[in-house]
Amino acid sequence: MSGLVKAWLAGGAMLALVASPALASERPFNLGKIATPEEVAGWDIDVRPDGLGAPVGMGNAIDGEEIYADRCAACHGDFGEAVDNWPVLVGGEGTLDSHDPVKTTGSYWPYASTMYDYIYRAMPFGEAQSLTYDETYQIVAFLLYMNDIIEDDFEVSHENIGTIEMPNRDGFFMPDPRPDAQPVASEPCMTNCDVPTNIIGRARDIDVTPEQES
Amino acid sequence: MAARNTQNQKRSALADPARVPKVRVIEKKAKLKVQGDVFMAEDKNRNGTFSRRSLIGGAAALGSVGLSRAATGAEANPDNLPPNVSEWTPYLGAGVDANPYGMPSPYEEHVIRRNVEWLTASTESSVNFTPLHELEGFVTPNGLCFERHHGGVPEVIPTDYRLMINGLVDRELIFTLDELKRFPQTNRFYFLECAANGGMEWRGAQLNGCQFTFGMVHNVQYTGVLLKDLAREVGVKPDAKWILAEGGDSAGMNRSIPIEKIMDDCMIAWAMNGEALRPEQGYPARLVVPGWEGNMWVKWIRRLEFGDMPYMAREETSKYTDLMEDGNARMFTWVMDAKSVVTSPSPEKAILEKGVHQLKGLAWSGRGKITRVDVSLDGGRNWQTAELHGPVLDKCLTRFTLPFEWNGEELLVQSRAMDETGYVQPTIDALQAERGVNSIYHNNAIATWMVNKDGSVDNVRLG
Repeated sequence: MSGLVKAWLAGGAMLALVASPALASERPFNLGKIATPEEVAGWDIDVRPDGLGAPVGMGNAIDGEEIYADRCAACHGDFGEAVDNWPVLVGGEGTLDSHDPVKTTGSYWPYASTMYDYIYRAMPFGEAQSLTYDETYQIVAFLLYMNDIIEDDFEVSHENIGTIEMPNRDGFFMPDPRPDAQPVASEPCMTNCDVPTNIIGRARDIDVTPEQES
Repeated sequence: MAARNTQNQKRSALADPARVPKVRVIEKKAKLKVQGDVFMAEDKNRNGTFSRRSLIGGAAALGSVGLSRAATGAEANPDNLPPNVSEWTPYLGAGVDANPYGMPSPYEEHVIRRNVEWLTASTESSVNFTPLHELEGFVTPNGLCFERHHGGVPEVIPTDYRLMINGLVDRELIFTLDELKRFPQTNRFYFLECAANGGMEWRGAQLNGCQFTFGMVHNVQYTGVLLKDLAREVGVKPDAKWILAEGGDSAGMNRSIPIEKIMDDCMIAWAMNGEALRPEQGYPARLVVPGWEGNMWVKWIRRLEFGDMPYMAREETSKYTDLMEDGNARMFTWVMDAKSVVTSPSPEKAILEKGVHQLKGLAWSGRGKITRVDVSLDGGRNWQTAELHGPVLDKCLTRFTLPFEWNGEELLVQSRAMDETGYVQPTIDALQAERGVNSIYHNNAIATWMVNKDGSVDNVRLG
């Protein structure tokens, strides 16, 4: 085939492509620019429960102890017990059905992937996305070890972050059962309703409300 | 001239950028108990009632908490009253160049968002509350919309702002702010409520204020682009079932949202009440998820990823899940159920005089329009239907009022909202029976304000 014919065919094919109503309808406003793979890779930092998105890397609790002490312990305590009002990270097993549930990565979080996702994107507090991938795996490993979920030499990595079994994996249910707590009668009571009206508590007596200087 | 100087001094005080509200939060040595991302004061109510003496003491100690001179109208200067010429009348007031961006009267300086210091470990990952008791109508002024941040308020440069859409799409695209504004636009009023609004009240009446117990809600008009238009632009693949919304803040706030909701009424908004989003509300762009819990309305939004399963981010697993009494937790409880609050009288809005008054309140539902609000003055024994003030809009705050006469008697004031799905706002007893007291989130129970004989008002729990 001559070069001329080739060029004519290519041009015709391209014209047909541009004029195709199917393609035109796919991008109705022609706004925005195509993201490059590098641009997507820089921002697409989430890690799913099946491990999708986990960056290549690994770390164990032995190495994690040092980085945890350096980057995390100031708020979360040397053993994940927490300083002041900062979140407790370790312990709490068996407390979820008690009067004082303690929700930690070990007692409550259903997926190890969430630990990686959150620590990398948001921790240390005020130094977001400053940890390396390996440092993040090391901190995850240290917290899993402190919660008796893995051994101290277990290498947490992109290959197994989606398979680590968390103790409270089955502690959540859906779909949302609401609306709930609805009155039995179709119309709510309007007169002489049988309800308790004794005062059993006053916020004033609890006395934790901030005061306003007049 | 003395009067004129006074006016000028007031003006210069208003113009001073370093001026701070004269509010001091007094630290309380409360015994605290960690409850997820809210901290709860130790429950004193659990095992019984208080003595008569403590009740009397409580009422007597009340004084005029939360009431300013401006609010009470007390101690008027007779020189300014008829038949005298008021001090502001003879002289010229401020010119049009005095306040290029207008601010409220200095006499309204008590109308501010307030926080509860002991609730959180830092102010950057914390919340403050809308002063609902000071507002009228159904629109929340931009500067009074409550704030909830998980990593502080970033200062996003609008020319450097980008929204990326990636994942299961035909084309992964990046939009500038100007490009977003070239899409067809939508203008809608919606309420936004934090799922933890009222979360401190599960075990008993704890915070003595309408602002602190109901103020994690606001209502503004959003301008933005519907996500379904952005979805058409990127071409969503058939196996996409979820979207991950991610913020550009230091928390990298991320939430999973089912595609049905995305394609229904979600928006990327760049304006609120006619002006650019305030920095604390997501400037320059945020996600709007009508009727659903506020945490999903990701601020400073930088990325949307289409995927085939939920992402199980920290904010939808370890937080914003509702722990039941048996130790299992409800997950993906997105909708905000119908709720209402009497904003006046309320703990901050005492009744100052006997005679006729207008009871005022707000009602809202994440399932649709408010259809009816009933009000009780006797703790729920007898109810009257309040007047709704339009416009009554879908997933929007709705103002209600009811005239009443007060002759110095004790009142137990409640309000009960109903929405177009037939949902009735429940009592706290009904909610506790279903969910226990540890679920933190989604407390939409009827509250009780007790009007004391001196007109002061207390947040109380009945039983």
